[in-house]
Amino acid sequence: MRHILSILLENEAGALSRVVGLFSARAYNIDSLTVSTTEDPTLSRMTIVTHGSDEVIEQITKQLNKLIEVVKVIDLNESDHIEREMMLIKVRATGKDREEMKRMADIFRGRIIDVTEKTYTIELTGTSDKLNAFIEAIDRSVILETVRTGASGIGRGERILKI
Amino acid sequence: MQISGAEILVRSLQEEGVEFVFGYPGGAVLEIYDAIFRQQQFKHVLVRHEQAAVHAADAYSRSSNKVGVALVTSGPGATNAVTGIATAYMDSIPMVVISGQVSTPAIGMDAFQEVDMVGITRPCVKHNFLVKDINELAPTIKKAFYIAASGRPGPVVVDIPKDVTQRLAEFHYPESVSIRSYVPVTRGHPGQIKKAVNLLAEAKRPYIYVGGGAVQGNASAEVTELVKMLGVPCTNTLMGLGAYPGQDQQFLGMLGMHGTYEANMAMQYCDVLIAVGARFDDRVISVPSHFLSQPKKIVHIDVDPSSIAKRVKVDVPIVGDVKHVLRDMIDLLKQTGQQVPQQHLANWWKQIEEWRSYNSLLYTPSTEFIKPQYVVQKLYEITGGDAIITSDVGQHQMWAAQYYPFKRPKQWLNSGGLGTMGFGLPAAIGAQLANPDAQVACITGEGSIQMNIQELSTAKQYHTPVKVIALNNRYLGMVRQWQEFFYGTRYSESYMDALPDFVKIAEAYGHVGIKVENPADVEPVLREAFSPALKERLVFLDFRTDQSENVFPMIQNGKGLDQMDLPPHMRDLQIAPFENNRDYGNMC
Repeated sequence: MRHILSILLENEAGALSRVVGLFSARAYNIDSLTVSTTEDPTLSRMTIVTHGSDEVIEQITKQLNKLIEVVKVIDLNESDHIEREMMLIKVRATGKDREEMKRMADIFRGRIIDVTEKTYTIELTGTSDKLNAFIEAIDRSVILETVRTGASGIGRGERILKI
Repeated sequence: MQISGAEILVRSLQEEGVEFVFGYPGGAVLEIYDAIFRQQQFKHVLVRHEQAAVHAADAYSRSSNKVGVALVTSGPGATNAVTGIATAYMDSIPMVVISGQVSTPAIGMDAFQEVDMVGITRPCVKHNFLVKDINELAPTIKKAFYIAASGRPGPVVVDIPKDVTQRLAEFHYPESVSIRSYVPVTRGHPGQIKKAVNLLAEAKRPYIYVGGGAVQGNASAEVTELVKMLGVPCTNTLMGLGAYPGQDQQFLGMLGMHGTYEANMAMQYCDVLIAVGARFDDRVISVPSHFLSQPKKIVHIDVDPSSIAKRVKVDVPIVGDVKHVLRDMIDLLKQTGQQVPQQHLANWWKQIEEWRSYNSLLYTPSTEFIKPQYVVQKLYEITGGDAIITSDVGQHQMWAAQYYPFKRPKQWLNSGGLGTMGFGLPAAIGAQLANPDAQVACITGEGSIQMNIQELSTAKQYHTPVKVIALNNRYLGMVRQWQEFFYGTRYSESYMDALPDFVKIAEAYGHVGIKVENPADVEPVLREAFSPALKERLVFLDFRTDQSENVFPMIQNGKGLDQMDLPPHMRDLQIAPFENNRDYGNMC
């Protein structure tokens, strides 16, 4: 099952590679990973999307907690949460496709952020499923390039991951 | 006053009360060696290979309650240390390994003797540091010792670039350390401890399974007290040997791939299992599904939460320092007066005694060939069971574990997790330095000893009179055994052709060497080796042992704990399968 793990870790050189190394050394999956510093510059916040049985996810959580630089780990799937991913997608926009691409971007609440005679670059934000749906909805042959950030997640309401 | 980074390092090690640093100099650590030269507080032990430095520091730690320290140079010095670091990591041994690094401006430039030590060791350390700022050096050393020794112990690497050792700074050693992201648990949850005690109070076939965590956690006294007060059977893993006294009636011997029949059968058929600082390793329980096919309730006590529910699901997980948790369990049992139901326990013991009566460690004595088991048994007798025993890896390691019933923890030092050949001799040197008055013997084979035989030179330099007990069967014995069982006796590359004359080697290094070929000579030669006349000498005993001897019992890969390959004398016995509600009334 797909899980979103949210990790607070020390913003130190090498901390990221410890996390990534752990996943490869123990043969766990990383579907996506995002990381950046937080409002507290000594801390980084990482979101890892992974999948595995409950036992595997439990081990992943424990192994992450064992890393000295990891401050806290939560499995966002354990309660309500919000998930967002951003995609930049460059598409061929010529002839009748040009109008169609604009319409599709509007339907998915995307924004066209770069325009040339032959291309649009569309910024789209949403759950990973929504981004997948957009790719499914448009003609594959017009896609020139996609860049996705991977999912970031946060708990709903009062649920806060902080020191 | 400002002092150099090298001096800061040396002062920090002094602050930590370090007695010995095991190491080998080189370009990147010259500044540190110069600072060592100008101090008297700790002693440096010059090994002949960096791997041995780490093994010696590791065994120094294993045989004492201190953190071992090794010092190596950058590049090849660092990579040579990796096997030793991984060995300590797998067995949770507290150690600080200091490696030199090229100067900070040269890092990443493929400089001479540059290697990314922090990157290479990341998967086999508890933690590691690259110190780029001299002001961080003392606090980093403080943290390294704290992390190494607390929680589930392990090796910590501190990589120090040469320019950091040369720069100047004020020295302030922190008095305490606190790391917000690292807070090891000590006390077990009282509710969980209560559940564990309640399970024991309902147990029909209780069993206590004790691993290396009880040794490292100094919980031997608590293990013994709990087992004694409950009157229940107890087993130790390879790493746990000595945590419970090996000669006690309630001890069923080691369990696992080469465990005793009774220890393995009890593991399979117990109904309440208390696992203490053990991790249900593949060499211990073999196949988890088969192990769990016999229903049992499992209590798992471990300081490391990730050890719990890793290979088997447990009913009562207790995260905490084993010593504290067991103490709390004992106190609760005393308070409530709860006991294991006595009638069931009596029946359980009858079953166990039946299993034990088959004597699964029986071997056929010989007047023609030296039996390796016999050598270990005689060694036990002659040392009064008191020697610190190190071993390498292979058949001799299993025979040492089976035939030398260890009396106390930290008496048995072996590479159980990683299985590192070449561990034994440097380990014996480290153990002897930590325990100058103890008898130290290294049980090894002709294969393993050659993986670090150069340390005979270190032993000479530092006057460590260890006794090397080489069980020389002219084969890589465990490999040969597997090839006999599973590869149609095709002994591919397991025969050691062109073996050296070990007596001459020992003598060349300035030691005493004795070759033993006749079973009748085993005892007198061992007596001679441990006699006052040779007390101050390293004695290398080259026992030419029976080439065809195998280690039994044995659990093959994929088989269960109750599906052992038995020694010859047990193969024709009609052993009744275990029955849950058997009537033991008429048994004598």
